[in-house]
Amino acid sequence: MSEQPSKPQPGRVIPVGLAPSPRQTLPRLGPPPLQPTERKGHGQAERPRLASWRPKFHALAEAAIRVLAFSSIAAVVLIFVFIGKEAWPLFHDSAIWKEVTLAKMWFARQWPGYDAPEHIWQPVSEVPKYAVWPLVVGTLKVTLVAMLVAVPLGVGSALFVSQYAGRRLREIIKPTVELLAGIPSVVLGFFALMVMATWLQQALGLESRLNALVAGVALSFAIIPVVFTVSEEAFGAVPRSYVEASTALGAARWQTIVRVVIPAAGPGVAAGIALGLGRAVGETMIVLMASGNAAILSASPADSVRTVSATIAAELAEVVFGGAHYTVLFFLGALLFAFTLATNLLGEFAIGRMRRRLGGVA
Amino acid sequence: MKGRARTRSSRRFGDVALSLGTGLAAALVLLIVVVILGDVIYNGAPHMTLTFLTQAPRDGMTAGGIFPAIFGTVALVVLMTLAVLPAGVATAIYLSEYANPGSRLTRLVRVAVNNLAGVPSIVFGLFGLGFFVQFVGAGIDRALYGGQRVFGQPALIWAALTMAVLTLPVVIVATEEALAAVPRELRLASAALGASRLQTIARVVLPQALPGILTGAILAISRGAGEVAPILFTGVAYFLPKLPRSLHDQFMQLGYHVYVLSTQSPDVDATRPILYATVLVLLLLTFALNATAVVVRSHMRRRFAGASS
Repeated sequence: MSEQPSKPQPGRVIPVGLAPSPRQTLPRLGPPPLQPTERKGHGQAERPRLASWRPKFHALAEAAIRVLAFSSIAAVVLIFVFIGKEAWPLFHDSAIWKEVTLAKMWFARQWPGYDAPEHIWQPVSEVPKYAVWPLVVGTLKVTLVAMLVAVPLGVGSALFVSQYAGRRLREIIKPTVELLAGIPSVVLGFFALMVMATWLQQALGLESRLNALVAGVALSFAIIPVVFTVSEEAFGAVPRSYVEASTALGAARWQTIVRVVIPAAGPGVAAGIALGLGRAVGETMIVLMASGNAAILSASPADSVRTVSATIAAELAEVVFGGAHYTVLFFLGALLFAFTLATNLLGEFAIGRMRRRLGGVA
Repeated sequence: MKGRARTRSSRRFGDVALSLGTGLAAALVLLIVVVILGDVIYNGAPHMTLTFLTQAPRDGMTAGGIFPAIFGTVALVVLMTLAVLPAGVATAIYLSEYANPGSRLTRLVRVAVNNLAGVPSIVFGLFGLGFFVQFVGAGIDRALYGGQRVFGQPALIWAALTMAVLTLPVVIVATEEALAAVPRELRLASAALGASRLQTIARVVLPQALPGILTGAILAISRGAGEVAPILFTGVAYFLPKLPRSLHDQFMQLGYHVYVLSTQSPDVDATRPILYATVLVLLLLTFALNATAVVVRSHMRRRFAGASS
C-alpha cells in the first residue's frame, strides 16, 4: 500500500494517483473539497445507477439532508428570536413600564414601608419590586465560589494526569471524572441539600444551612469535569519537542512544566476555565436546590442567595403570561444567554489561538 | 559547591511539591465522586425493591413507588431520540460529506453547534415555553381545535422537542467523529464502482459509522434523562394519577421527582428512603447509558483498528 490508511485530517493532500482530472467527477470525500465546481450537480446523469435509487429520490434525500442540517443554525436563531420576543415588551410596552422599566431595575428605590432606598427583588407582592442586583450579585457569589474550587482541582488534576500519573492511575482518574460529568445536576443539588449543607454548617458554624458557599461548592462538582477535560487535552497537545528542548537545556521536570508546558497550554486551559464559567453561571438545578433562594444583597458567602437562573426556574411556572414579571424573567434569560454565548466564543477563540500557536511545530 | 547543592535540592523540592499538589487535586476529585456515589448507594439500595419500581406513589409521596416517573422519563427520551437523531445525523452528514469546510456557511453551522452546546439548560426551558408551547402549540390549537387548549400548554411532546434541541450538539459531534473515522479507501472504492455520493453515504459510510452514531444517541439519551431545567415549564408535573396517554399530556419524570421530593416534601424524614432510592434509580439509568456508550465506542475503535492494519 502506497498511502497511509490515516484518518481524514483537515488540510490533507489528495493521494497522487487519485487526484481528480478535469474531466472526472468524483464524489466529494470528507472535509476538503476536491473540486470547487463539483458541489451543485453531482453528475448523476452520466453515472450508472442502481435500480432502487431513482434520481428524484436522490435529489429529495439530499435536499432533506440540507434542510435538516440547518436545523442547528435555526435552533440558535430561534432561541434568540423567541427569548427576545418574550422580553421585548420590557423595551416598549407602557403597561409594563408602570410596574418596571429597564432602567429602574438597576437602581435602588424608595419603597413604601422602607426607611432608605433599597435594592429589592420581590415580584410577587402588593408593590412588585424588580431590583436585579441581588440576583446578579448572588449569581456572581456562587460562581466565584465554584470557580475558586473547580479551577485548582480541575487544572491541578489535569496537570497530574498529563504529567505525573502513570498509565494505571490515568485509567482510574479519567473515567472517574467522566463519571462525575455524567451525574445529573439535580443529583448534585440533592447531595448538596441533603448531605453537604449539614456538613458545612456543622464544620463552619454557619447561620443558614443553605447558602452561597454550599451552592458554590456543589456547583464546582459540575464544573470540574469541564475544566479538567479541556485542560487535559491542552496539556496533551503541547508538542514533545518543547519538553525535550527544555530538558536538553538542563531544566528540571517541574521547571519544564511551569515554564514551558503551562505557558504553551495556557490558552487551552483558559478556554476550559471560560467554558466552566459559562456553565457555572447558567447551571440551574444545583443552585435552585442548595442556595436557599433568598434574594439578599450582601457580600458574605454564608448568606442565602438567589441566582438569576434559579429565579427563572422558581418563578416562571407561576406568572401571568405576557405580564411584567413574565417579561422580566425572559429578559433575565436573555442576559444569561448572552453571557454564556460570550464565554463560549471566548473559549473558542482561545482554543483556536492555541491551535495556531502550536500548529506550526507539531 | 554550595550553589549546586542548593540547585539540586530546590529541583527535587519543586518536583515533589508540584506532583504532590496536583496529585492532591486529583485525589480530591476522586474522593468527591466516591463520597457522592457511596452516600447514594448506601442509603438508596435498601429501599430499591421491585414494588418500588413498579408502583405509583401513595400517601402524599411518603410510600409506594416511582413507576410513573420512570415511565415518563422513558417516554420523554424515546420521543426526544426520534426527533434529535434525524436532525443531528443529517447535520453531521452535511458538515462532513457535503459542505465545503472553508465556506462561511459551514463555519457558521459549526459556531452554532458549539454555542448551542453551551447554552444554559434553563434557557432551553424558556425557549421551549416561548417557542413550542406558546407559538407552535397555540398555533396548532388555533388551526385545528378552534382555539381550544389542547397543544397550547406544557406537554410531553414539547418537553421532548425542547430536550431534542438541547441534545442536538451531542448527536452532531459524535456522528461527525464517527463519519471522520470511516477509512477513505471505502469511499474511494465505492466511488470507483460508480456509486453516487448519496449511494456511498447510505450504503458504505453510514453502516460503517453506525456504532459512532449509536454512541452519540446514547450519550444524548443519558443527558436527556438527567436534565430537569428544560422541562420545568414545558410539560413535567409533580404528581399525576394517570400515565400520559397522548403527546399533549403532562408527565412525571425522575429528575423532577428528585427535585420535588427534596425541596417540597412536607415530611422530609418519611420521604428520605424514597428520595434516596429515586436518586439511585436515576444514577443507575444514566450510568448504564453512559457505560453502554463507552462499550460501543471502544468496540468501534477496535473494529477500525482491525480494518486498517
